[in-house]
Amino acid sequence: MNDMTPTREEREARLEGMGCKRKRVEDIRFTQGKGNYVDDVKLPGMLHGDFVRSPHAHARVKAINTEAALKVPGVLAVITAETLKTVNLAWMPTLAGDVQMVLADGKVLFQNQEVAFVVATDRYAADDGINAVEVEYEPLPPLVDPFKAMAPDAPVLREDIKDKSDGAHGPRKHYNHIFEWTVGDKDLTDVAFRKAEVTIKELISYQRVHPSPLETCQCVCSFDKIKGELTIWGTFQAPHVIRTVVALIAKLPEQKIHVISPDIGGGFGNKVGAYPGYICAAVASIVTGKPVKWVEDRMENLTTTSFARDYHMTTEIAATKEGKVTGLRVHVLADHGAFDACADPSKWPAGFFNIVTGSYDFPTAHLAVDGVYTNKAPGGVAYRCSFRVTEAAYCIERGMDILAQKLNMDPAELRLKNFVRPEQFPYHSALGWEYDSGDYHTAMTKAMETVDYAGLRREQAARREAFKRGETREIMGIGVSFFTEIVGAGPSKNCDILGIAMFDSCEIRLHPTGAGIARMGTKSQGQGHETTWAQIIATEIGIPADNIMVEEGNTDTAPYGLGTYGSRSTPVAGAAIAMAARKIKAKAQMIAAYKLEVHEDDLEWDIDGFRVKGLPEKFLGMKDICWLAYNSPPPGMEPGLEAVSYYDPPNMTYPFGAYICVMDIDVDTGVYKVRRFYALDDCGTRINPMIIEGQVHGGLTEAFAIAMGQEIHYDEAGNVLGGSFMDFFLPTAVETPHWETDFTVTPSPHHPIGAKGVGESPNVGGVPAFSNAVNDAFSFLGSVHIQMPHDFWRNWQAAKDLGLIREPAAA
Amino acid sequence: MIPGQFDYHRPASLAEAVHLMATLGEDARALAGGHSLIPMMKLRLATPAHLIDLGGIGALKGIRRDGDHIVIGATTTQHDLLASAPIAEALPVLQEASRLIADPQVRYLGTIGGNVANGDPGNDMPAVMMALGANYRLEGEGGAREVPAAEFYQGAYFTALEPGELLTAVVIPVPPAGHGFAYEKLKRKVGDYATAAAAVVLTMAGGRVATCRIGLTNLAEVPLLADAAAQAVIGTDLDDASLQRAAAAAMAIMQPAADGRGSPDYRRHVGGIMVQRALKRAAARAS
Repeated sequence: MNDMTPTREEREARLEGMGCKRKRVEDIRFTQGKGNYVDDVKLPGMLHGDFVRSPHAHARVKAINTEAALKVPGVLAVITAETLKTVNLAWMPTLAGDVQMVLADGKVLFQNQEVAFVVATDRYAADDGINAVEVEYEPLPPLVDPFKAMAPDAPVLREDIKDKSDGAHGPRKHYNHIFEWTVGDKDLTDVAFRKAEVTIKELISYQRVHPSPLETCQCVCSFDKIKGELTIWGTFQAPHVIRTVVALIAKLPEQKIHVISPDIGGGFGNKVGAYPGYICAAVASIVTGKPVKWVEDRMENLTTTSFARDYHMTTEIAATKEGKVTGLRVHVLADHGAFDACADPSKWPAGFFNIVTGSYDFPTAHLAVDGVYTNKAPGGVAYRCSFRVTEAAYCIERGMDILAQKLNMDPAELRLKNFVRPEQFPYHSALGWEYDSGDYHTAMTKAMETVDYAGLRREQAARREAFKRGETREIMGIGVSFFTEIVGAGPSKNCDILGIAMFDSCEIRLHPTGAGIARMGTKSQGQGHETTWAQIIATEIGIPADNIMVEEGNTDTAPYGLGTYGSRSTPVAGAAIAMAARKIKAKAQMIAAYKLEVHEDDLEWDIDGFRVKGLPEKFLGMKDICWLAYNSPPPGMEPGLEAVSYYDPPNMTYPFGAYICVMDIDVDTGVYKVRRFYALDDCGTRINPMIIEGQVHGGLTEAFAIAMGQEIHYDEAGNVLGGSFMDFFLPTAVETPHWETDFTVTPSPHHPIGAKGVGESPNVGGVPAFSNAVNDAFSFLGSVHIQMPHDFWRNWQAAKDLGLIREPAAA
Repeated sequence: MIPGQFDYHRPASLAEAVHLMATLGEDARALAGGHSLIPMMKLRLATPAHLIDLGGIGALKGIRRDGDHIVIGATTTQHDLLASAPIAEALPVLQEASRLIADPQVRYLGTIGGNVANGDPGNDMPAVMMALGANYRLEGEGGAREVPAAEFYQGAYFTALEPGELLTAVVIPVPPAGHGFAYEKLKRKVGDYATAAAAVVLTMAGGRVATCRIGLTNLAEVPLLADAAAQAVIGTDLDDASLQRAAAAAMAIMQPAADGRGSPDYRRHVGGIMVQRALKRAAARAS
């Protein structure tokens, strides 16, 4: 070796593999405005479509007059349900086994529902056309409150299924009932509650919110009549699923459908589902023979395509006097809106809500979820969380705080007392999951020590006394949350979407000069896949990450996969990447053995190539192996160096974390200040610490937004409020707290690289941390539970309800 | 979110603009910064047939001293106010209020004339102008007149502007040296309208309030001049009882709407707190 020979450290560094804070390669284009989004797709002769929408929450559609609209210059067509019936597309299947109107068929069931689709030469003409369509409505009584949905005299919402006694998930109890889903042992749980020394019961609601990505939902559909091929550019988190769904409902051969997800400006679950805009744009293209673009505006996005949450969770915990939990009982009333369009794996009508036992060793538990229809927009997507996991985490984490309050015990101490212990993993929960790995006590203890939890509680005690003495009008809250996520959907034994098993895939093709391209069935919407996927390959096969191009989103070139949502990319596709890389590595080892004239077993892997055991100077690097693979493979071996892997995970992964929030609230105005927020995440093996930190920052900011302000609210008439960023709380850098991040590492034992996924953890754990801080602040004044969102007004209202607000004296 | 059809005019002189306003009648709207009008047009809540862009009229832009008054041209932006040395010296409360309007991008385009003339109860400047005792100069083909800010607002989006008239300038008496001022605004986030806000301009003499004017933002369908509240503190040293009396007097005239910012009770309550905080801060600044 001479001085020019790179050291081991230099060779490692050059790869920029796993563990490296590699800069995001996609940001070069994103930060310079050079991304290529759906709205950047401009095709010759392209038309624009836009919707006539219902002003009513519930009304019969008596007539639609399109005559005046068709006379508007530039308007070419107005599509209604009657038009769609000619191609059998007036209704479409939902991911949850229900059907949904594409355009109003006889009645409308929520405000802003799609009634007609105007196709015009430009967006201005389309909007003029919308204003010229005359729709005659006969208003019907709206059903807004989900608690009244199953009343005997409730309005009938879904006339199409009002007499159907069975839905996609079993028997229905009422014409506005969708499903009942139960898990766990009811009898054992009832016994636990009968024997309990202490119980709590509280209705914990998680308000309706919206993922509100920067880029709204949109598509361009282009039908080639000659070839009979349909190309769709769309904001799809799962392009292959869209292709299959289109093939099934439009009866087109799947090879003649090309789905392309270009750059996507955030998804957060909003872009998993299929929406009327996609169907209408496709039909309009088939009808006109021209490409048709549909782009949602912000109000349409917030009020129609896929809300999240809207769970009303009656939560009961049984415990001993010493604070050992003995049973959990939860009933959820789930408001699904007008159609059940939840984006969950098909067999899971309430997603993975049965993770609701959280991080605690509940000997028994029982869960029942009732889904109901209301006159609200459909949806129910996993907004930056795995399916209904953030609802579950909020439910149990608020519940544990309420129990601690009742026991007069510190909430962190109660958690430590009830955690699943490290030696219990793999742990089988009372509601049916097998937790892969965890070390909750270490994480919680580290978090408490880092923030000086005991010191904070001492300060809080002193300040509470000062408040009682009238020396301050500020109260201090400490919010503790310890969450267990369940991500990586999922094993084919229990996860599918419309029958498609939820595997994922990777294809790696190395080029002769030691570079390559890798394609996956996932689709980044900002997660940084182009950066991190290359890092896994770099570590696995010793090719520098910079030499690997990552490509996703084109169904013609990418292997079939189920897309990106529910923190599934790293647990599922990340595993496929490692497995494909290992196939390549196995072939590379054979090539190296032949070239170095030794047996394969005499070789050992050394960072970026193979070395003969005991003969360190005999080494062959991957770059050289790539050349040999194409140009002089061993006799009898096929040339080339590529591999495909489809990965069906054996289990989910279970990331976890400990979050602590410190907040001060001015009771006179309700204004809060987040003084400190500490987030410890354990996502197993860490691929890119910088991207993890960015994910945590983003997820915490969304959690902050949800807990402290976001709400899609409906008034009594079913008018949707909060349908713009004026009222729907999207914090700016000014409002956003400072985040402190930390970690422990407990690898997943069943994942090829031990990684668990992290993108959604901060939302799952963050929301209860904020809400617990607010509730903790008020708890010494006798408050038990204050519903979210905790905006200034509601904080003041809470103070007023506790008798803390004095009106100024007039004289 | 796409506006309807309209014709666009860009007059080069005030006379031309006034003439267009007169001849085009109620189908015409003046366009300054556009931050209220254009969103309304995108929602088709406003569908003017003609937009008369005032941006090409040099005479409408700028800040000048006219004796013991400051005259601010209608198309002067919030950013211009923040960058102006004469404003910093004579009317610092305008800078304090400007900083609380939206964000820098909006302040580069949003104008003082648009802010005060539009009649949106959420706009911040009208209450400040009331507290300062400002007049608005209105010009039409029939000539010019001045209307006190305190008499200009008649209802949400209804003002003393007659058809064909343009608000061309804001004329503000320069407060005495050593005056105290404050604009206290509670809002949900950057860019939001006030949940409640109070503007105070006062002078102190011998530790007691000598003169005081209080304006209120977004606490009724028009900006409010809180006379009784101001009277409650004149002659006092702003002791707690006086502050409470002022808050109570101000709250008595507030009629806020329920909206996403909170219930009427809440908005009135925090309105009272904004008054007290503004008074205290203004007094602390006075000499």
